[in-house]
Amino acid sequence: MSQKRRSTVAAKRHARAPVFAALGDETRLALMAKLATGRPYSISQLTKGSRLSRQAIRKHLRVLERAGMVQGVRQGREHRFEFDPRPIEGIREYLDLVSEQWDQALGRLKSFVER
Amino acid sequence: MNDRIEKRIELRAPVSRVWRALTDYREFGDWFRVKLDGPFVQGQVSRGNMTYPGYEHVKWEAVVERMEPERVFAFRWPHPKSFDRDQYSGDHSKDPTTLVEFRLEPTPKGTLLVLTESGFDQLPADLRLEAFRRNEGGWTEQMRNIEAYVAKAA
Repeated sequence: MSQKRRSTVAAKRHARAPVFAALGDETRLALMAKLATGRPYSISQLTKGSRLSRQAIRKHLRVLERAGMVQGVRQGREHRFEFDPRPIEGIREYLDLVSEQWDQALGRLKSFVER
Repeated sequence: MNDRIEKRIELRAPVSRVWRALTDYREFGDWFRVKLDGPFVQGQVSRGNMTYPGYEHVKWEAVVERMEPERVFAFRWPHPKSFDRDQYSGDHSKDPTTLVEFRLEPTPKGTLLVLTESGFDQLPADLRLEAFRRNEGGWTEQMRNIEAYVAKAA
C-alpha cells in the first residue's frame, strides 16, 4: 500500500476525533496556518523557523492527521503533509444548521408566549 | 471557531409565562414540535417523539440538568450522526451530547431569554448530515423566500 493510500485510510478511520481538541494548541494552530496556504510541506520545512524538534512537529502532525485535518502525501522521495479543510467545514456547517434551527424554534416560542 | 451557540431574544410576556412555556411539557411540545411522554423532572430523562414535519421518526431523549424556577432551565441532548430515515438508529445511548440552557431575565417589556447550546467540541468531525442538510436547507430556503415575499407585500 502506498504512503498516500495508507494515510487516507488512517484519516478516515480517525475522522471521529474531535477537531476542536486538535486545534486547541498554539503549535498546532501555527502549523495549520502554514498548511492552510494550500501547498504540501515536508517535516523539514515545517520545522524550519520553529523552536521545536522534528520529533515534536511530527507528534503534532499526527494529532492533526487523526482529526482528518492533515493528510500525508508522497512527492517523489519526500513525505509531505497537506491541509484538508473538510472536518472544519463540516463542523462549521453543522453549527450553522443547529443555529438556524434554534432561530426557528425561538421564533415559534415567541409567537407562542405573545399570542 | 466557537464551540457554542448563543441566542438572545426579547419576549413580550412576563417571566412566569415564558417559564411555563419552557418547562410545562405540553407547552414545550407545542412550540418545539415534540410529543413528550411526561413532565420534565430535574435529574431525569425526558422522552418523547418529534412531531416536526419530516422528523416524526426521530425520538426525543434529553436529561434535565437544571430547573431553577423562572431563572434557568437546562437539559443535555444527543446529537446522532444522522436523522435520515435510513440511517437513524433511534439508539442515542452512544451519541455525544451538548448542553442546552435557557436563562430568563425580567425586562421592562417582558422577558429576555438567553439560549446557549455548548459542548460542540465533543462532537465528531464527520457528522453525516448530507441528507439532513438537504431537507433542512431546502426548507430554510423556502422560509426565506416566504419571508422575503411577506416583507415585500407588507
